[in-house]
Order: sequence, then C-alpha cells, then structure tokens
Amino acid sequence: MTNAITRRRRLELVVGAVVLAILAVLPLPIRDVYTQNLIILTILYAGLAQAWNILGGYCGQISLGHGLYFGIGAYVSTMLFVDAGISPLLGMFAAGAIASLVALLVGWPCFRLSGHYYAIATVVVGEIGHLLFLNWDFVGAATGLYVPFHGQSWMNLQFRTSKLPFHYLALVFAAATWIVAWVLEGSRWGYSWRAMRDDVIAARSLAVRVFPSKMAASAISGFFTGLGGAIFAQYVGYIDPDSVMAANISILIALPAVLGGVGTLWGPLIGAAILIPTSELTRSYLGGAGGVDLMIYGALIVGVALLRPAGLVSLLGARR
Amino acid sequence: MSAISIDTVLQVALSGLLMGLIYALVAAGLSLIFGLMDVVNFAHGELLMLAMYATFFLNLWFGLDPLILLPVVAAIMFALGVAIYRGLISRALGVQFNRGMVQIFVTFGLAIFIRGAAQLAFGGDFRSVGTSWLANRTADLHGIYVPLPQLAASAVCLVAFAGLFALGRTEFGRALQATREDRDAVALIGIDRDRIFAIGWGLGAAAVGVAGTMLVGFYYVSPNVGANFALIAYVTVALGGFGNLMGALVAGILIGEVEAVTAQVLEPSLKQVGMFAIYLVVLMVRPRGLFGKL
Repeated sequence: MTNAITRRRRLELVVGAVVLAILAVLPLPIRDVYTQNLIILTILYAGLAQAWNILGGYCGQISLGHGLYFGIGAYVSTMLFVDAGISPLLGMFAAGAIASLVALLVGWPCFRLSGHYYAIATVVVGEIGHLLFLNWDFVGAATGLYVPFHGQSWMNLQFRTSKLPFHYLALVFAAATWIVAWVLEGSRWGYSWRAMRDDVIAARSLAVRVFPSKMAASAISGFFTGLGGAIFAQYVGYIDPDSVMAANISILIALPAVLGGVGTLWGPLIGAAILIPTSELTRSYLGGAGGVDLMIYGALIVGVALLRPAGLVSLLGARR
Repeated sequence: MSAISIDTVLQVALSGLLMGLIYALVAAGLSLIFGLMDVVNFAHGELLMLAMYATFFLNLWFGLDPLILLPVVAAIMFALGVAIYRGLISRALGVQFNRGMVQIFVTFGLAIFIRGAAQLAFGGDFRSVGTSWLANRTADLHGIYVPLPQLAASAVCLVAFAGLFALGRTEFGRALQATREDRDAVALIGIDRDRIFAIGWGLGAAAVGVAGTMLVGFYYVSPNVGANFALIAYVTVALGGFGNLMGALVAGILIGEVEAVTAQVLEPSLKQVGMFAIYLVVLMVRPRGLFGKL
C-alpha cells in the first residue's frame, strides 16, 4: 500500500517536471504581447489558487477572504520599494511574511466558527480590510499607489522591453506553491488536514491537534498568497484597494481551485488554465456587448459545479 | 466638540431603524432558504436587483405606484425562486461529492450570470422610479424628518415579517418546520420534500422581492446594486443565527442602527466597518449568532 502511494507521488513529481519544462519553453515562440500577458496571468493564478488550496482544499476551510492577504502582500512590497527603496526581490518575502501573520490573526478568531459561518466571516474580514485601505491615507487611500520605474533590472523587478522575466517569475512562484503542496500532501500536517476536513470529531479522537494544524495551513496559505500579491503589484505597476483587495479578488483566487478540483495537486492548475483565458478572452471579444462575458463565465461556473462536482481534474480519471 | 442634540440622536436612531427593517427583510429571505435546506444563496443580492428592475419597468410602462405593484413583483419573484430551485438547486442537492462547495459555487455562478444578463438587458445606468405617490415626500415630526418612502418601506417590511411568522403557524409552516428538522423522516409521513423546498425558495425570493420593490422608492437601481445589500444580508443572517426569522429581524435592526451611528460618529464612507466589527465581536462570543442553536 505504502509502496503504491510512494510510486504515485513519484509519478506526480515526474509529471510536474514535464509540465514545468513545457511551461518554461512555451513563451519563447510567442511574440504577441496579449497572449504573453494571458499566459503570465494564468500561471500566476494557478499559483495563487494552489496557495488557497492548502487552506481551502486540503484543510477544508473555505476562505472567501484571501483577497486580504493578496492585497496586503501587494501593498507591503510596493511600500517597501517606494518609501524605503528595498528591492521587491526581498520585499516580496516581507510581503509574504506579513500576509502570513495577518492570516494567523484572522484565523485565530475565525477558526472557532464552522461551515457557512466561517466562510461569511472571511468575506467580512476581507471587506473590512478593503474599506480600511480605501480610507487610509498612509497607503494612498482610494487613489492607490504607483510603482515608479527605477530602471529595468531583476533588483527592481521591473522590465519594460520584455514580458519574459515576469513569465519566469510567475512560473517559479507557481512551481514553488506546487512543490509545497506536494510536500505537504505527504506530510503529517497533510494527513491531519484531510482527516479533520472529512470528520473533525474522529480526527480529534486520533489526537489530531485541530486548531494548530488549521493555523499552520492558514500561515502557509497566507504567505504564498501575499507573495503572489507582491509579484502582481510589480507586474502591473499600479495598485489600489479595488484592484488588489476587493471581494472579487478573493473569489478569483478560490475559483480555479474549486472548479479544477479542491484538495488536489492538479486542480488549481487545470482550473486556472480554463478560467483565466475564458474570462480574459470573453472580456476582450465580447466586452463591447456588455454583460455577455459575465453570462458565459457564470454559466461555466454553474455547469462545471453541477456536472463535475469533484472538479475538472476528475475528467483525467486521476485519483482525487 | 459640538454638542449632540436630542433631535440628532432621534434622527439617527430612526433612520437606522428604517434601513434596518429593509436589511431584516432581505436577510429573512436568505435565512428562510438556509434554515430549510442548509444552502447559502450567493445570488440573493441579484434577486433583490431583479425585483428592483421589475418594479422600475412595471412602473415605467404602466405608471402604477410601487405599492400597487407589490403583489405582482412578489408573485414574479416567487415563480423565479421556484424555477431556480427546480432548475439548479435540486440538482446541486443531489450531488454526492463535495456538496457544500458545489452549492456555494452554483449560486455564485448564477449571481454572475444574472448580473451579466442585467448588464446586457438594462445597461449600466443608475435608474430610479419616476412616478410614485410617496417620492420625495417627508413628514416633519417636531424637527425630526421622516422620508415617507422609507417609512412605507419599513411598514411593509413589518407586515411581511408578520406574514412570515403567521405562516409558521399554519399546516404548511409545520411541514416546513418538520422538513427543516429532518429532511429524510418527513418523506415517511407523506410530505413531499421537493415541493416544500421549491416553495421555500419561492417564499425566500418573494421576501427579497418585497424588499426590492420598496427599496426602489428611495434607492437607485443598477446591475451591481445587489452586491452591497447581499453582503449586509449575509452579515445579518450570520449575526442573527442562520435559519432564525426572529434573529434576522433583531440583527437587521441592530445592523441598521450600528450603520447609522457609525456614519454619524465616524465618516459615511466607513459606515459599514462599524457593522462588520459588531458582527465579528458577537460571533466571538456566540459562534452561531445571537439566536442560533449551539
């Protein structure tokens, strides 16, 4: 039995390496800026959804407030860069650390709640953050912050002539979240999370320490979400509370994991590969018709949720 | 620091109460559906938006006052609620795997779909009802101003609540209660569970329809109007305790008051922070809301 699991996990690593290799060469022949942008966003969201998946999928805590950690990550690295001149390459780890800390602060009271009460509490916490940032002059309030151009370099994480560096940055980020999820899946925490997700009382009777393991999932998930926020801020060069912290960001982070398959290694990746291009392409081609893009997007969510409740990953026949 | 007159206090308390009753009725529809079948309807705000548009267009075409349109809109929304249950929710309930998340995201996808359809059909403009008896009228009670549309809206909300409470005492209400307690056992005593669920969705949608009809008398309507009210409704329902009608009423009024006071004491742009903070504090003490069963 153990042998079978070990073999499957090794196979996943091999498949993961192949996917990584494909994604590494994918942008080389593409000259079209629009397509390059689409691929970068898709990879970035695959990483963010994987970060969400650690708490929402493996641990089963449906957080609809991850926009808060994303936004805090974006703000921390941007403000360190703008006000203190600290390279975003370092700043993004500070961003992840602070987002992780905030995730612990949010988890501490919210993990007392269960089911829908937890989900709605996370929406509310996220919205409080959004409203406070909208009114907080120190962080630019509703006007937001521009990331000034300090010259093209990896130190400044700013590139004007090519999108390729951002492609690889997003890819390293997404690969890191994937590896972390892979390691966690086979770890003691990973087993604890799945046990308490399925039956919290039974898990507790087997000496699973429920609260500390939820906090661990929250901290790891928050760290990578904040890291992603920092990368996003450097990529777009401008942030405001509506674009990095609003409730729809939380949904955008959770949705690929849910539709791809929660608590699976490949779900977030597959979900992002379907959702982000659908959303972007319908918006570009049907945006003028006002609303049709949202209708297609909404119908896609309803359809996948009803027809493939285990996520699109179940189409591959993979063990969930 | 300026002295706060007794008139200001009363004015703030009254406007909080009037808005709170609207919040309560919006929340009642959500709470009803949740209590019955454990489904949080994330398209609740979009139902409110549709009811507001229905009132707006019926008023525009036929020149009828929103008060007269009330039963018409309620009936339309009832039918829509039943249709949503039959078309989507009954299927989502039948899912074997991952049910909780499927329910969240089916209603969430529906919300996005409805919002897109509204944008396509009605455009993004903000609209408000043109002809109504009560529009822009205010009663002056010794220096305290009461806008009549709000007053009428809260009166209607109280009547709707009375109706919902009365319904709980009828034969149907008891069947509803029984279905809530044990959805499998009721099948054994000849209650058609599917039909009860469908009617529950109809009633929930009709309740939010009544709120929307009255709201359009003093609030603009646009495809995105639902989002804000929906968030407040979730907070209200969680604060009162999911599935508890009395909880929705008390929590709605509380939320309305906190909002009014925050807007007065801090800044109007921060008015929701106060209600969210109160909600979080209460949930720390009572994780299942004020009236929720522990």
